[in-house]
Amino acid sequence: MREFLNMGGYAFYVWTSYAIALVVLVANFIAPMRRRSELMNSIARRLRRERSR
Amino acid sequence: MWAFLHRFASPRYFYNLSGRLIPWLGWFTLLLMLAGLYLGLVWAPTDYQQGDSYRIIFVHVPSAWMSMFIYVVMAVASAIMLVWKIKLADVVAQSSAVVGASFTFLALVTGSLWGKPMWGAWWVWDARLTSELILLFLYFGYMALRAAIEDRNTAARAGAVLSLVGVVNIPIIHYSVYWWNTLHQGATVTKFDAPSIDVRMLIPLLVMALAFKLYYFTTMLMSARCEVLERERNNTWVQELAEKKA
Repeated sequence: MREFLNMGGYAFYVWTSYAIALVVLVANFIAPMRRRSELMNSIARRLRRERSR
Repeated sequence: MWAFLHRFASPRYFYNLSGRLIPWLGWFTLLLMLAGLYLGLVWAPTDYQQGDSYRIIFVHVPSAWMSMFIYVVMAVASAIMLVWKIKLADVVAQSSAVVGASFTFLALVTGSLWGKPMWGAWWVWDARLTSELILLFLYFGYMALRAAIEDRNTAARAGAVLSLVGVVNIPIIHYSVYWWNTLHQGATVTKFDAPSIDVRMLIPLLVMALAFKLYYFTTMLMSARCEVLERERNNTWVQELAEKKA
């Protein structure tokens, strides 16, 4: 396990690469999910406002 | 055929179909990515020259491939939008830009992290690296241009023209390692000969490449759905959906 984490002495370069990739991929996945729920909410809010008038 | 295309390109149909597709694509992507990680980090043998540092290849090369693939998708979608005025094509192009820029960024950063231990430098002004950097700026330019123009149709057309002009950069990136004397190594997989890479390294590379491709389709469809909602917000089907959700 220790040997695996050490990556033959290149641990910093290898793990930083994988970590950055993970962060970027997760961010790109979460962003549209959040955008969709925000959009849904704002559309519903506007509808309610129009109805109550 | 045309009837089918038209039905598919209708926003509502696209929204429903992609909604059913995304979970499948997403789980399959995750599965492939985990398999690719295991194969690349554990199963693949250590390189006789580069030691374990070469394992960066399993994120670097698929990212670089995707950065170019997505750009081509963007350009083709833009052309379709310009010629046939299919709005959904514009949605696809627009939704591809951020993922494309992300993969270009990843290709550059992981390349840098690989270059430092192997070449002794984070960055060199080599033709491959420079043309990939230009690709990143093309993505940024596309997004900035669209954001700067208020009218949606004008923004779509301006972005489409920019992406079509920028597509000349794609063959330049691919052939840069042949046309110029580069520090970056030549192609080992995408050439007419048999790939000059060990099979135990090639398999994880291809698994990761497929995972990244599916990842792109998943997130692009997710963004495209948002874009469709935004554009159709005054239609009853969107309003009904929003009311049900809220």
